[in-house]
Amino acid sequence: MPPIRTYHDLTDADRSGLPEQIGAQRKRVAERLAGVGRVIAVMSGKGGVGKSYVTAHLARALARSGRAVGVLDADLNGPTIPRLLEIPRAPLTAHRAHIEPLTGLDGVRCISMAMLLEDGAPLAFKGPSAESFVWRGAMEASALRELLGDVAWGGLDALLLDLPPGMQRYVELCDILGAPPAVLTVTIPTPESRDAVRRAMRAAVDRGSRLLGIIENMTGQGFEGTAGDDLAGEFGVPVLARIPWHPTPDIWNALGARL
Amino acid sequence: MKFLCVDCDKQMAFEERQLPGDGTLAATFKCPTCGRVVAMLTNPMETQLVSSLGVEIGGRTVPEQPFETVRKMVATGRDDAFAENTGPNGAPSWSAEAQERMSRVPNFVRGMVKRIYADYAKERGIAEITPAVMDTARAELGLEGM
Repeated sequence: MPPIRTYHDLTDADRSGLPEQIGAQRKRVAERLAGVGRVIAVMSGKGGVGKSYVTAHLARALARSGRAVGVLDADLNGPTIPRLLEIPRAPLTAHRAHIEPLTGLDGVRCISMAMLLEDGAPLAFKGPSAESFVWRGAMEASALRELLGDVAWGGLDALLLDLPPGMQRYVELCDILGAPPAVLTVTIPTPESRDAVRRAMRAAVDRGSRLLGIIENMTGQGFEGTAGDDLAGEFGVPVLARIPWHPTPDIWNALGARL
Repeated sequence: MKFLCVDCDKQMAFEERQLPGDGTLAATFKCPTCGRVVAMLTNPMETQLVSSLGVEIGGRTVPEQPFETVRKMVATGRDDAFAENTGPNGAPSWSAEAQERMSRVPNFVRGMVKRIYADYAKERGIAEITPAVMDTARAELGLEGM
């Protein structure tokens, strides 16, 4: 048998056009975000450090300063942003080509998987249960793409993305956006948090993200350590805020003013 | 994924897609030179992997709907998650039988499916959507499972 030509050797028009369909998806996201000034991923390699809490209050502070702000709750499996923004339960208005976001405290626009799921239900997908690990990640990435690209965000000064712990959602986000987003990292003071957040920051740097700075949360009592300063020194970025257990609005306003 | 007719050294062309409803998929490809047809059969896991990318083997026949993957694939979605804004006037009417059939579509996707049928009818000047119109649309648009 003669050598068989490779995939790239076959260049006839393909009716399925799967690469073109993927390209159209990315174009849709790019067009939708064309009116967004800055896309900022709020992330941490550590769970339980208060990313969602920080994201919601930072968004509100930015909105109070007169900026148009949206929050995409990218924690598909543990969405909490609608509650933090006190968004009333209401159906999402679906139009022919887009979905309208809902609006929360201080006029922050928001989309979240919490708006779509039954009360108390986990995010579960239809499909074969055996070896679901093969496709579940791709399914969540598609959902994230739709939350980004199918929502009529309108003109925004900033779109904050509240990422879940770990790095997977950040990597998906980079692929969907076609360019790495700016990154805000959240840590608590402890060395354990520092070590986990360091890995996340390193991954963000490796992907080409601009690190905007560090927010040290839950400071003042209970947790001991210097994670914020340690990471700031290592990565050459500022500690933008130290958030105590019971922060006042002026702390959030000061953080917003630094961004 | 592409298919090559080794005898003719020609790229085979997509012919038809079938979704029998058991989670599997069949897609046929034909050699433009010798006419040989082969079928690609995927198991449920492979079919799901393609679905999870939000793409359609054989190409899209209707524009992608907003939140299409979420609406089609999330099993735990709220019935009242969406309020459909069906847009401009002049929408076709629905026969009682068609409405009854639509009532069997899960709420989470009903609005999206209804809009696809309505667009299909409107584009073709069909004044009333009946089960026959829905069957024709399903076949023409590749709406298996909707």
